[in-house]
Amino acid sequence: MSNLAVLPILLPLLAGIIVAFFNTKLTTVRLFSRIVALINLVVVLYIGWDVYQNGSIVLELGGWKAPYGIVFVADMLAILLVITTNIIAVACVFFASKSLSDKKESFYFYTFFFLLITGVSGAFLTGDLFNLFVFFEVLLMASYGLIVLGGEKVQLRESLKYVLLNLFSSMLFVTVISFLYSVVGTVNMAQVAERVQEAEQKGILTTIGILLFFVFATKAAVFPLYYWLPKSYIVPNPVVSALFGALLTKVGIYSILRTFTIIFHHEVDITHQFFLWLAALTMLFGVIGALSTHNIKLIVAYNIIPAVGFMLMGIALFTETSIAGTVYYLIHDMIVKGALFLLVGAIATLAGTSDLRKMNGLIHQYPVIGWLFFIASITLAGIPPFSGFIGKILLMQGGLEKDQYVVVIIGLLTSLLILFSMIRIFIQGFWGEKDETFTPDKKVARGFTWPIAFLVFFSIYLGVGAETVYPIIEEIAQSLLDPSQYIESVLKE
Amino acid sequence: MEIITSLLAGILFATGIYNLLQKQLLRIVIGTALISHGAHLFILTMGKLKRGKPPIIVEGVENYVDPLPQALILTSIVISFGVTSFLLVLAYRAAQTNETDNMDELRGNENE
Repeated sequence: MSNLAVLPILLPLLAGIIVAFFNTKLTTVRLFSRIVALINLVVVLYIGWDVYQNGSIVLELGGWKAPYGIVFVADMLAILLVITTNIIAVACVFFASKSLSDKKESFYFYTFFFLLITGVSGAFLTGDLFNLFVFFEVLLMASYGLIVLGGEKVQLRESLKYVLLNLFSSMLFVTVISFLYSVVGTVNMAQVAERVQEAEQKGILTTIGILLFFVFATKAAVFPLYYWLPKSYIVPNPVVSALFGALLTKVGIYSILRTFTIIFHHEVDITHQFFLWLAALTMLFGVIGALSTHNIKLIVAYNIIPAVGFMLMGIALFTETSIAGTVYYLIHDMIVKGALFLLVGAIATLAGTSDLRKMNGLIHQYPVIGWLFFIASITLAGIPPFSGFIGKILLMQGGLEKDQYVVVIIGLLTSLLILFSMIRIFIQGFWGEKDETFTPDKKVARGFTWPIAFLVFFSIYLGVGAETVYPIIEEIAQSLLDPSQYIESVLKE
Repeated sequence: MEIITSLLAGILFATGIYNLLQKQLLRIVIGTALISHGAHLFILTMGKLKRGKPPIIVEGVENYVDPLPQALILTSIVISFGVTSFLLVLAYRAAQTNETDNMDELRGNENE
């Protein structure tokens, strides 16, 4: 049943194409998209269960044996991230009709949405560096479509920068892949790993590794390549921001995690030490950005950056605990960022402004949204027993194992500042006197609540139900630190 | 032969980046197109150019060009073609809506 591995890519792709033909029949399209998103979630959960029971699924497309043909590898890490992607997709597809105007929806929103999911799932599942580039392009093309949806003045301005930057880093990606091809003579990740191991990653291979890191770092918004992110993430519609914030940077982080645990792990003193300092700077600069503004959307967008720093820190420390921490944090952050972007979108729509200084006493009108926001904020900051805490404690433990006290202290300080930046929204926006002149729109608020509650539920489950999730994550961390497992499962020697 | 094409790729990268750093939108778009051409040429060079025979394996033929870089370029060309055309349309709309094609004036300010 190795064909299962292609379903998470095929289903949204087909759905996207079908939806494109009925773009004006909104009720049909909405219903269809919701059903497909739910079916897709069930399918990936089934695949996840299958992988958990029987080990990773390797699909050799067209029957070509592994190093020659294209492969899809659904190992535990990949499928776990695909499941998380689909959870976010379900929440967003139910949120979309509430937050988008009919006109925007009929301009192929659902097509772009499904193509984005296709690209993200494909990037997680592929076992081939060039196909990683292709799926990056698939998801970027869809994101270009989504970011300009509506065609407002700001959107056009910011999307221009977003497109240019991503285009440049994609071209760098192709160049680096061709470099790597000329040195090791293959683009299949497992075989690249094998050949790099044989050569013990001498000279040029480390250079290629660092170049590849810069490509992924641009997509993942690592310091100093994060300046493009905050503004371009807040200009589109809230539901699009949520998709971007939850998925796009995480694909970059996943690629770094994959390449620097399986392929380029022989020169840890050079590469991973370098990442450690970048991680520390990413955390600090990101959180300073979040503290610098009064725009609630911008605060959440800036909070993506320290999260990236945390995950990079886990990769840099390179112990089993810290890698487990990265994987845990990755999944936690995808869900909680999705929830937070939907929440600030909802708050900005309900309050009529995204400027924090003009908000007051929203808790009286919208108690449920207020408390959901509170839970999501403290989850993000890492207060026990929520999911952010478990990811962070694993990362800090990894840091202490390696005696990297400075980074651990920076990490803890950053967590505190994240808490401060998020609670600031809660205090200024939700606390305060009840505004009698303000007429709340309960019906709209109720529509917003369900998809957000769905995501917050998963986020709480990751924290409270950590005992059920953690063994899987530990297994993933072990397999990432032992690349021979991955190589053997793909090349079947 | 590889040296010459590498140099050409380098020149394309250099002119591309020079154009990318300009203020006028159209020049930036041309810059990205040049960079992507440089990248494609680079892939071709990395797969070794002069082996003299087409990328076909028939029995008895020992001398053939590596087909993989060519397949990669083909995919990459299609992608960069699509992105460039999208970028042209986007640049046109952005210049029209914002009434300027100067990147300095497209910076914007906070809280709008």
